[in-house]
Amino acid sequence: MGENTERHGIPGTIIFDGAEAKRGYGLNKMCFSFNEEANRNAFLADEDGYCRRYGLTDAQRDAIRGRDVLALLEHGGHPYYLAKFAGIFHLDVQDLGAMQTGLSKEEFKARLVEAGR
Amino acid sequence: MARIVGSIMSTHVPAIANALERHDEADPYWKPFFDGYEAVHSWLDEVQPDVAVIFHNDHGMNFFLDKMPTFAVGCAPEYRHGDEGWGIPTVDPYPGHPDLSWHLVEVLVGDEFDITTCQEMLVDHAVTNPMKLLWPGGGVPIVPVTVNTVMFPYPSAKRCFALGEAIGRAISSYDVEPDLRVVIVGSGGLSHQLEGKRAGFINKSFDLRFVESLTDDPRWVTQFSGEDLVKETGSQGVELLMWLAARAALGGSVRRVTWNYHIPISNTAAGTLVLEPAA
Repeated sequence: MGENTERHGIPGTIIFDGAEAKRGYGLNKMCFSFNEEANRNAFLADEDGYCRRYGLTDAQRDAIRGRDVLALLEHGGHPYYLAKFAGIFHLDVQDLGAMQTGLSKEEFKARLVEAGR
Repeated sequence: MARIVGSIMSTHVPAIANALERHDEADPYWKPFFDGYEAVHSWLDEVQPDVAVIFHNDHGMNFFLDKMPTFAVGCAPEYRHGDEGWGIPTVDPYPGHPDLSWHLVEVLVGDEFDITTCQEMLVDHAVTNPMKLLWPGGGVPIVPVTVNTVMFPYPSAKRCFALGEAIGRAISSYDVEPDLRVVIVGSGGLSHQLEGKRAGFINKSFDLRFVESLTDDPRWVTQFSGEDLVKETGSQGVELLMWLAARAALGGSVRRVTWNYHIPISNTAAGTLVLEPAA
């Protein structure tokens, strides 16, 4: 159980509180910058250099390099800003849902349909 | 005095914008969702609102974590849809209604709500998607009211209810345009969670209980804390706070005009509800 789950008690869920906001500030600020096309292109042209400008920690840098959504969340990433990072690679929320739950996209979508029955 | 004609609660899932661009309204995946808007359009034709006050949450568009107001009121002459980064089509700016905005600000601060005022405000899919769904051919001027559901602690359900009530009273005391007809929009919900190992979480029974409560017992959901609401509705299901505020703005008794619920649209339990003041 992670420390956030210990604080808030919701398994599989990181409540984005002050501790996460502090931990993830640089990472989220970088992802927020991807609202601008010029910044998305600058990231693609020089990923290392772009990450350095925002002072990412080594763990955040590794998670960005690995496109590892669960690790990005664990290191303070906020889903709304991470969505802008994922968008650079044309990943939608169902791709991300599948990646985070270890299911295929089809299995993830089937689970959502099941929730409506 | 201005009059509130009713409240429309609507999901704002980003994928709706892409579906509209592809004209997927009759597609089997989308039809059960879009069909829910026919009754909304008929109702809007009847009540003919002049302006929409929209409770919404920002998704990393107008606000970043450097400054995160709990409640913000748009006072801008127009609201531009920014580039959201992940490729939904942007729409033309919506005109604002600054006179009504500033009246709301005066009354809310007088009522001891410590709000942020925004004379410039970018909007995202939480405003543009309900606008496209409600007024496919155009729209009305808007007054956006932003509620923080980005960073804990969120305002409590109890406080959001009080904000909605205060905005309802403020609209009712707006006398610059005595015949102004105002529609309230609550944007977001219902249960969904995008992130973490619990991604894909949906809670149909809670959603249905909540929607029922909006008619019968509108303060029901104020018993839950922010953490409780995340647990019951998912991290983003807390957008039901927008529905709650939109309901509270109507005051006393309400009548349900139409209701549609469909799982799933994208990762979300999609809901569309219209309530109007009981005669």
